[in-house]
Amino acid sequence: MKDKRSTSWIMLENVSHSYGTVSVLNELNLLVNPGEVVVLVGPSGCGKTTILNLLSGHIEPASGSIQTEGIIRTVYQLDSLFPWLTVLENIAIGLRSIPDIARREKELRELIELIHLEDFKHHYPHQLSGGMRQRVELARVLAGDSDILLMDEPFSSLDYQARLHMRTELVHLLEKRPRTVVFVTHDIEEAAQLADRVLVLSNRPATICCELHIDALRPRNLTDNAVIDAMKEILKELGFQTSNNTNMN
Amino acid sequence: MERSKTPEGRAAPVPVASSASQKTTLRFILPITVLLSLLLIWYFISYINLFPAYALPSPGAVLKSFREEMVAGRLISDVIASLWRVGVGFIISAVLGIPVGLWLGQHMYARQAFVPILNFFRFLSPLAWIPFAILWFHIGDKPAIFLIFMATFFPLVLATMSAVATIPSIYFRVAQDYNYKGIELLTKVTFPAVTPQVITALRVSYGIAWVVIVAAEMVGCQDGLGYGIWEARNGLRLDSAVCYMIIIGLLGMGIDRLLAQLTKLPNVRWGYER
Repeated sequence: MKDKRSTSWIMLENVSHSYGTVSVLNELNLLVNPGEVVVLVGPSGCGKTTILNLLSGHIEPASGSIQTEGIIRTVYQLDSLFPWLTVLENIAIGLRSIPDIARREKELRELIELIHLEDFKHHYPHQLSGGMRQRVELARVLAGDSDILLMDEPFSSLDYQARLHMRTELVHLLEKRPRTVVFVTHDIEEAAQLADRVLVLSNRPATICCELHIDALRPRNLTDNAVIDAMKEILKELGFQTSNNTNMN
Repeated sequence: MERSKTPEGRAAPVPVASSASQKTTLRFILPITVLLSLLLIWYFISYINLFPAYALPSPGAVLKSFREEMVAGRLISDVIASLWRVGVGFIISAVLGIPVGLWLGQHMYARQAFVPILNFFRFLSPLAWIPFAILWFHIGDKPAIFLIFMATFFPLVLATMSAVATIPSIYFRVAQDYNYKGIELLTKVTFPAVTPQVITALRVSYGIAWVVIVAAEMVGCQDGLGYGIWEARNGLRLDSAVCYMIIIGLLGMGIDRLLAQLTKLPNVRWGYER
């Protein structure tokens, strides 16, 4: 298998976009390096999803240029699995482009093991919990030759504990199958636990108002200093934390 | 449901298990009680001669005529004739109607063009076509099949079409991500996404077909269940008419049960369990 880290990247240059008269993005510049996990955080309606739609090619930017290298897959919020297919068949969708049947079978076995759903492989999505369904989604996007994962608030419809669990799961999956990731969320914890780089977006029209590198190794605990420091920083940028109480009382 | 899997009865006198088995017994006893009461009322009314015997045949007379019809073999051949007509008409309308519905569901301009006229025909009673059916197809299977088609085609098209309109757009988005195009998109995404609703539409339009066949056969045929009732009326043999009515009702229920089995297919269960 080719090394995904070295082949995939994303570059946005002076990208602006608007819906009618509402300007959503303004002169956005962004370079996502191979193998990097970039998390976009920002107020709701600031254009985070628009950025993903531009990257996946579902919409064209009004101006500026977008260059991507690699096969792009998207993880949606929930219920984007086909309900008429079993877990196994849903994952196999991600392997459609592989012509070799034997390789497809092998991949499928590995993926189902990777997400620990061997016992549920013949179940249908409506028979699974929300967390299990998201794991199937992850397996589907990780399948085959994907290079870049776009994640649109993938865990936002799960309950809190399932969300914590899925973060660990994602880190573990990316360790086994490295990908370049652009992850959109409004969950600051999620950003601090997962990101190599957090980009805090301003209100509409969105510009990057702060860039934060987090060097700590993953998996990171929610209570690790690096995570807490990052959260403080992000909260400050978003205007939720005044600078005078940053030291603990 | 998990509960129905609990081991039955005697080994475990658990209240849950006993109430579950009680429920299944009740499921059979209740409708049978209603049925028997109706039979008793019928028997009582004919016993006290509330209506003359020719206007309300007694259960005994119906049973007797049922035996006669069976021996003569006419009832069986009428059943086969009716089932054949409904079957052919219904299959033609499903084979044409479902694809047309899928196509209309995906093309807005086609919808705008055709929906008014489709609605017009849906509300036009298929029985209004009887004079044309007989002039165009004469007497026999063809006019009845034509009427079944006219009765079921329009509701099937419209139901399939509106089912397509309710497919969550996320499925098409995923389909685009994974390169589903053209005919593959239609057969692997659009069609499975509407299958549960199409099955429901098939059951509803089968119900219409079974009602229409009786009327169609009264005028356009020389045999069939509808013709049987018509002939019984002409000979003032209402005992035979009742016997045909019972058969029509039972067959209708039976075939609906068969169609209902389609909803138990594992890859359509999702449509009924959410």
